[in-house]
Amino acid sequence: MTRYLVRRLVTFVLVVFVISVGAFYLIHLLPGDPAAVILGTGDSPANRTKLYAQLGLNKPIYEQYVVWIKNVLHGNLGTSFISETSVWGTIRAAIPIDLEIMFISQILAFAAAVPLAMRSARRPDGWLDRVLSAGSFTLLSIPSFIAIVLLVLFVAIDLGVPHTGVSSYVSLTSDWVVNLESLALPSIVLAVGSFVVYFRVLRSDLIATLQEEFITMARSKGLSQRRILWRHALRPSSVSVLGAAGVNIGGLLAGGFIVQYLLDIPGLGYTLIQAIGLSDYLVVQGIVLVVSVGVVLINFFFDMVINLVDPRIRRE
Amino acid sequence: MSSAFAVSELLESPAATPERKRRLGLLFWICVGWLSLNVLAAIFANVLPLDNPLQQNYSAINVGPSLHHLFGTDDLGRDIFSRVVFGSRVSIEVGLGAMAIGFGVGAPLGMLAAYRRGTLDTVLSLFMYVFLAFPAIIATIAVLSFWTPRSLFKIVIVVGVASVPLVFRVIRASTMNVATREFVVAAKVQGATDRRILVKELLPNVAPIGVSFLLIGVATVITLEGSLAFLGLSVSPPTPSWGNMINESRTILQTNPWLAIFPSAAMCLFLLCLNFIGDRLRSHFDVSDVKL
Repeated sequence: MTRYLVRRLVTFVLVVFVISVGAFYLIHLLPGDPAAVILGTGDSPANRTKLYAQLGLNKPIYEQYVVWIKNVLHGNLGTSFISETSVWGTIRAAIPIDLEIMFISQILAFAAAVPLAMRSARRPDGWLDRVLSAGSFTLLSIPSFIAIVLLVLFVAIDLGVPHTGVSSYVSLTSDWVVNLESLALPSIVLAVGSFVVYFRVLRSDLIATLQEEFITMARSKGLSQRRILWRHALRPSSVSVLGAAGVNIGGLLAGGFIVQYLLDIPGLGYTLIQAIGLSDYLVVQGIVLVVSVGVVLINFFFDMVINLVDPRIRRE
Repeated sequence: MSSAFAVSELLESPAATPERKRRLGLLFWICVGWLSLNVLAAIFANVLPLDNPLQQNYSAINVGPSLHHLFGTDDLGRDIFSRVVFGSRVSIEVGLGAMAIGFGVGAPLGMLAAYRRGTLDTVLSLFMYVFLAFPAIIATIAVLSFWTPRSLFKIVIVVGVASVPLVFRVIRASTMNVATREFVVAAKVQGATDRRILVKELLPNVAPIGVSFLLIGVATVITLEGSLAFLGLSVSPPTPSWGNMINESRTILQTNPWLAIFPSAAMCLFLLCLNFIGDRLRSHFDVSDVKL
């Protein structure tokens, strides 16, 4: 176990390092003088000195990285010269919204995927299995930005359900009922996207597991179908689906960006797109860094969970 | 998002469901037909009797579908049908271009790593693993937001590079399945060069799986481009693309839902066909693989 953990930790650190270099280097993709572009409308001699100190722009590039990473490790992602607020403060205000959407969508997705996959796997090629497989395959081909536009069109505009349309977001602390209503459509869109993946992966693994000898053994002992599925088959079949959940997080975040952008929900995605529009590059850089590291952390977490669920993995 | 690719990579060979024989089925050919129709329309859009997709007509703004404007017109009076047809060009170009880069770099490296093994494999795999962990969509958003001015060419490059590790992993895994087979060993014993074994023995066996992943990959890339366009990071208006059109419809959803519905339908159908063909080919070749 320790060897496995150490190996995973080493790759984790490596990945985070690459991410930090990538996020740092983004600034240098800017055409022309990065200082002029970053400062934008805030270009003044005083701000210029501040930015040079903040980014160490007059030093060689590897020293710039050291200056930058030191600041980052101290929780200082810089101060935006456009909104004149701290970048980390902006990001911290947006994160809970993304977490909430993600949390709700994952609960919905798993709550639907696990029982339906079991139903399907019990009778592969039965009518339910055929319908669900075809349906999930179709849903797989619907990008989230199309799903959210169509949902807004039908639910918020045609049916006129309150608090589901554009700009109806209310924060959790001010009114949690309206908050949940306003996050319903985004959560459903993300949940559907995840459900499709989890359902297909879990179904295929369950079918494989149900052909194993220990299941035959359990059947011959006369255990009920329900008990076999939940107690015997689910755990060994859940490795791929947990892996998929880990991999899915990146896509989920991006999908979250899109629904936030459409519905004016001030999460990370919305903030990111706003910042891109305003050429507020320090904010963009900060969000990219925080989000990428977050995704890798969640992946790492899922790796550990998989390891607990199926200890056979670590022997590979 | 990248779910189609992720799913097909995670799913075990479809031996789980007893696969329907070796026929590809009618639906498969319908999908092939639809895709061909789309591609032909995109290629010959200039010579087809279509309205100019950029031509604004202020006497026909937000008109619903009619014989004159098959899909209606948008808020600037442009013909939606012709914009959908011309818009497919962007999606197809990005899809094929990015996958050309992804497969051009990822596939040879993947085959080489699987065949040679040893240090080369370890180093390449670790390298790819690290880059794969970097969330592709966020990386592409990041790079494209800094790398201005944006153009189709840059999008193709960024998305293509981002797809290299995925392609590498898929091709490496399927080469590994073949590389230990008897006929490869036989060729080695006969003194065939590495190059010959890679091209003559391994490539024909990896290619079918490669093609099916190529199609699913194209679908994934088209989705990604659509998301980028939706966020305003792809080709700039007035150039029509499916993602751009859906983005433009955002503000006038209430008055003109057709502007959202038609490009969405075109895109979903296109993606569905690509995924279906890719999936069907994959199971088809897997089955014949078992029969060998």
